[in-house]
This record gives sequence, C-alpha cells and structure tokens, in this order.
Amino acid sequence: MGRIVLDNVTKSFGETQVIPPLNLTIEDGEFAVFVGPSGCGKSTLLRMIAGLEDLTSGNIAIDDKVVTEVPPSKRGLAMVFQSYALYPHMTVRKNIGFPLRMEKMSQAEIDKRVETAAKSLNLTDYLDRKPGQLSGGQRQRVAIGRAIVRDPSAFLFDEPLSNLDAALRVGMRLEISEMHERMQTTMIYVTHDQVEAMTMADKIVVLQAGVIEQVGTPLDLYNKPQNLFVAGFIGSPRMNFTEGEEARKRGAHTIGIRPEHIDVVASGGVWNGKVGVAEHLGSDTFLHVHDTGLAETITVRAPGEVTMKYGDRISLAPREDLIHRFDAQGLRIG
Amino acid sequence: MAIVAQSSRFGTYGRPVLAWAIGLLFFFPIFWMVLTSFKTDADAVKPEFLFTFTPTLENYLNMTANYDYWRFATNSVITSVFATLFSLVVGIPAAYAMAFNPSRATKDVLMWMLSTKMLPAAAVLYPMTFLTKSLGLFDTHFLVVLVLCLINLPIVVWMLFTYFKEIPKDIIEAGKMDGVNTWGEIREILIPLAWGGIASTALLAFIFCWNEAYWTVRLTTTDAATLSKLIEGNRAPEGLFFGRLSAVSTAAVGPIVVLGWFCQKQLVKGLTFGAVK
Repeated sequence: MGRIVLDNVTKSFGETQVIPPLNLTIEDGEFAVFVGPSGCGKSTLLRMIAGLEDLTSGNIAIDDKVVTEVPPSKRGLAMVFQSYALYPHMTVRKNIGFPLRMEKMSQAEIDKRVETAAKSLNLTDYLDRKPGQLSGGQRQRVAIGRAIVRDPSAFLFDEPLSNLDAALRVGMRLEISEMHERMQTTMIYVTHDQVEAMTMADKIVVLQAGVIEQVGTPLDLYNKPQNLFVAGFIGSPRMNFTEGEEARKRGAHTIGIRPEHIDVVASGGVWNGKVGVAEHLGSDTFLHVHDTGLAETITVRAPGEVTMKYGDRISLAPREDLIHRFDAQGLRIG
Repeated sequence: MAIVAQSSRFGTYGRPVLAWAIGLLFFFPIFWMVLTSFKTDADAVKPEFLFTFTPTLENYLNMTANYDYWRFATNSVITSVFATLFSLVVGIPAAYAMAFNPSRATKDVLMWMLSTKMLPAAAVLYPMTFLTKSLGLFDTHFLVVLVLCLINLPIVVWMLFTYFKEIPKDIIEAGKMDGVNTWGEIREILIPLAWGGIASTALLAFIFCWNEAYWTVRLTTTDAATLSKLIEGNRAPEGLFFGRLSAVSTAAVGPIVVLGWFCQKQLVKGLTFGAVK
C-alpha cells in the first residue's frame, strides 16, 4: 500500500517561502510525476515526502498514518537519486542488499532477493563489481535494484534519468514504466522533462514557484490546460500563443493553438505567412512561420515530408475547435 | 613555451640540487643530534670532534639504567594513543554533524574552535596548574590524555570536516532512505568512505600528542611524565650534558620519525587534501 496525502504542506528556507500551502493526494499504485521548470520546488516537495527535508508546517500521511515527524529511514519509502548515490566502497551485491541488511534480514533471504532483483535488471554479471567499474546506465540500474529489493510502499525518483545520454534515457524510461505496470506500486517521479512526464505518468502535477498549476492525466493536461503556464509547458513543440485581434474575435484575451492543430493549405487559409526554418524529422516537418501578424514565429507541424523552403509563402488553417482560449489572468475559458 | 624551456633546464639540474640543499638543511640538526648521542659529554662540546670521534653507547646505557627510559616511553605511548582515540571519538561525530547537518552557527563554531589555538598557552598556565592540583589530577595519565585531546580537537575536527565535506550528501541521504540510523550512517557509510582521511588525521594527531611539550612538562612530575619531560629533565642547571641530551632526544623522536617515514604518503596526502584535486 502507498497512498500519500499532503495536507497544507509548506516549506520556507529562512524568510523565503518556496512552497506555499499545498494539498495533494497520490493514490495507491499511482504513477505521479512532478514536473516543472528548475527551481519550481518539485525536488523539495519530493524530499519532504522522503523525510530528507523538514516541513515548515502542514502534514504528510502515508496510508492514513501521519509521518511528518517520522525519520526517512522509518517511512518505508525507497528513493532513486539523480546522482545514483551508490555506496562506492561496496560491490553491486552489497549495494543492493544494503537496505535488507539494515532491516536485519537473514543472509540467505538477502542473497535470494538480491539475485532476483539483479536478474530482473540484467545485473547478474556485475554483482561483484564496484560502482566505479560500471557505466552510467548500469549504475542507475543498481540504484533501482537497491530500491526494489525492499518492497517499499512507494518509490521516489528524483530526476533519475538526467545524467544518462538520450538513447539510454528512452530505454530506461520504458523500463521504469514497465516496472510500474508489473509491480503496481506507488511511484513519484520528479522531472523537468515534459516528455518523460507525458509518457510515464498516470497523474501529472505541474508545479511553478511551489504552486500546483494543474493536476491531471497527461491527456487532460494536453487537451484542457487550465492556464497559460500549463498550456505552454506541456506539449512539444510548444503551443503557439497570440493576443489581440485574433483572440478578441474568439472572445478571449489570449488564444493558443498547438502546432499539430494547424493545417497547411494551398490557399485560402485563415493566416498567411512566410516559412522560416523547416525542420525535417522524416515522420513530420516542423515549419517555423514568420510574418503572420500573430506572433514572431508560429510553429506548424506538418505530417510527413513537406517540401517547403526558406521564404516560401504559406497559408495556415487552424482547427477552430482545438483553439484554447484564456482570459486576461491567463486562466482557461470554457 | 617559457615554462617548458625553463622546466627542462631547471628541472634537470636546478630542482634536484635545490631540493637536496633544502633537505640537508632540514635534516642536519637531526643528523647532528644522532651523531652527538654517540659522543661523551666532554667530546660533544668540542668542535674538532664534530665528525671524528670515538663512538660510545654510554649515553644510551646510562639512559635506560638511570632514567628509566621505558617508563617515559610507555607513558608517551599510552597518552598519545588514548588522546588520539578520544579526539577521534569526539571529533568524528562532531565533524559529521557539521558537514551534513550544518546550522547557521556551524561556521562560527568552527572558527571558535580554531580561535582556542590562538590563546597563548602561558596565559592559562597558572589556572591550569592550580586547578589540576586542587582536583587531584596533577601528574595523572587521565589529565595528560585530556589535555592532549583538547589541544588537538580543533585540528582533528577541522581536518575531518574537510574530508567529510568531500563525500556527496546524496550518499548519506541514500543511507537514510535505506533505513540507516545516525550511528549506522557513521559506521556503515561515513567511516569506510573517509577512511584515508581519518587515518591521516589520526596520524597527525598522534604526532602532535607525542611531540607536545608545553603542558606535558608542566603538568607532570613522574607518574605520567612523557618523553618530552625526560628530555627536559636532562637540562641540568650547571650546563647541558649534550651527549646525554642527544641520546634522550634521539630515543624520544626515534619512534615518531620511523612512524612518519612509513606513513609519509598518507601524511602528505592528508595535509594537502582539498588543495590538490
């Protein structure tokens, strides 16, 4: 079990309040992702759940038991750090078995569990090496192994993939997702990468300056961003925004439309402009369009290969039903 | 380019010559002391016998027969070992707390500890003597251990603090998440990771204890007197018996020189830690 409830939690460092009163519930078995720009308080929040950071006020409960004053070692949570934080003086076997040894488990049981964990993470051949002799990806696996052997009530991941190269990151992302499907244990995952958030989460918590901007499923956030910040943060490439005449016409202060919701038409589109840079990805082409009178650049995602080059005239047709409208405060209308 | 050209010529000839010159300069007093320890007191003061003399073991035999060298040596070992151990027992948790759970006062505490080294020892000589005598601690092993331990604590804590700061905080936090309590963090993670640093610190503390003379000479008479006291005791009022004095000094610094020789690498590493990366 691992239902985690944050009740009016705040955090201040001296005079600076980094997390104003915050309420959040993470259901048992859920994969929750805290996402936001750096400095938004997402790591602090995770560390508060872990017990590594004190709360200034409020309470944290795990499975209806208040743990605010409980030290991290007694909360039954496992954490995977960005830096892996392996014990450099111990072999992989000792590293993975360490939390079990601290629980005073019998050596036979420790060995059995370490073997099982190592097998599921493809680490069997490396059990007798020290962390210094492993690659980044293998170190990350050891860190995960050390977390899973304990059967914790929840896993906490603090930007675990940031130190890996791009190819490895995609692989590890899938492995963690699969691990979650298999174990059905609560996971809280902190990242600044909205792609990781979108692909892994059951529930995304978007944070900015310590404040929760929106909580929802990835598609909720994609389809119905509650404000300009979430609209701009979720989705890649970024949503296009414009104010002024086009927005007023649609009864809003600001309107936003995603690059994939704008069609390129031969002629007679709503907006016209000139092609700047065209990025060819093979499956798609991202066109950066200038001189539309809407914004400096409007990004358009055209499916497949589009033969357009710098300076070409282009006509755009937005899908009206997929235009997001926001008021002067930046909040969603409708 | 200039550096390369310079280092090739200076490096080949100049540097070794300079190094040897400095080395000999520093080594000469010790060499002279060892040499003098094999001379009679009469020969010792005569310049013509500086290098040519009839060696004698008289001083050494005299020392063990009349001065009970072994008692002083035993006292030195006991007090240095225990003072070093105690300063580590206090210093490791203190440095751990300051390195990993610093408060706003941590910097001030560190500076304050160092500031105790700035007080001239002579300033507290009278109160210390009076206090230890009235508490019945004068000339006891306990007192010497306590004093040596307290003298060295600031340096021990500072050194350990510097070593511990080098350990990533994440590793300690991973320990907390893995169910380790504070004592476990120190035993399972901190000590194994900082082992080299702790050893260097212990070695240095031991050397400082062994060489300490101001307090060991003044707060002991016989029971807890260390080798420093033995050397001091050979300073006769009617003049110095250089032969005897040299023998005693050689016997006193001998063990520590041998220890230092074997631990050279560790010592240099320990003292330059943080400076070289």
